[in-house]
Amino acid sequence: MSLWTSLLLAAGIAFALKLAGHLVPAHLLDAPRVRRITGALPIALLAALVATQAFTGAGGVLVLDARAVAVAVAVVALLLRAPFIVVVALGAATAAVLRALGWA
Amino acid sequence: MTAAADSGTADPGARRTVVRQALSVGVATGAYGISFGALAVAAGLDTWQAMALSLLMFTGGSQFAFVGIIANGLHAAPAAIAASSMLGIRNGLYALELTHLLGARGPRRVAAAHLTIDESTAVAVAQDDARTSRLGFWVTGLTVFVLWNLTTLAGALIGNLIGDPRTYGLDAAACAAFTALLWPRLRNRDAVAIAVVGAVVAIVLSPTMPPGIPVVAAAAASLLAWRRPRREAP
Repeated sequence: MSLWTSLLLAAGIAFALKLAGHLVPAHLLDAPRVRRITGALPIALLAALVATQAFTGAGGVLVLDARAVAVAVAVVALLLRAPFIVVVALGAATAAVLRALGWA
Repeated sequence: MTAAADSGTADPGARRTVVRQALSVGVATGAYGISFGALAVAAGLDTWQAMALSLLMFTGGSQFAFVGIIANGLHAAPAAIAASSMLGIRNGLYALELTHLLGARGPRRVAAAHLTIDESTAVAVAQDDARTSRLGFWVTGLTVFVLWNLTTLAGALIGNLIGDPRTYGLDAAACAAFTALLWPRLRNRDAVAIAVVGAVVAIVLSPTMPPGIPVVAAAAASLLAWRRPRREAP
């Protein structure tokens, strides 16, 4: 599968999911249990993405490096209610500075 | 469009307020398209591919997940598609709420579907009457769409100039972006528990599984929401 094929397939599914919600009768998804689980999906996925992107290195092994410090800085920024772009910029700057100093 | 007529005329003050709200949400969201564009090219996409994602997928969380996983190589493509699609399910749930509110038919309904994202939904459902809601949805959705795509292009061009993404911490920027997307969802102890289990499952599976698959497997942590939350218990 080429990158373009994957990209268009993923984009097609994303749009189909949006459109489906506008077309299917609401009662089909009204079960509270279904709603709770689908509502929890982004939480599990995003947490897994933070974990794998920040704390795993080559071969998927656990590593603590500049990225872990960047996440810690991001959390502090979020606690201080910084906007998204500031959180992302601080994360990047943290890792860039640590690497430039040769600390991580 | 009878649904639009029978909700009456919203007062001009409420309309001005919702437009201001919609524009500020749009500008704030558009701004982080820069980080998406830069991360996409750092992950190995070209500028056209980064732009295609913002134009066609148009849902930030899924886009970040797709490029984050596909950065590991094309063999991670199925996992990238699975993760971005599972993140996109919530847009379908938003659509269920919005479709009655908007009362759009035909091409307008297709456009509404494409603009159904976190931000447009949040502004729409926060309004007191249906007319203001609709205005909020369309102004937010269109503002985010235009700015998100322009800033994705800007970010991709900047990313191309940068060279090794690690020098400027772009890999860490992705980690910070996922943290910031997760943060507002950690509203209660159940959400925190699901996040912790998801993260631990992904870390534990990572050494033995191809890239991206641990993230998809961690989705199973959402099954913790099977039982009712404590506050609803009898």
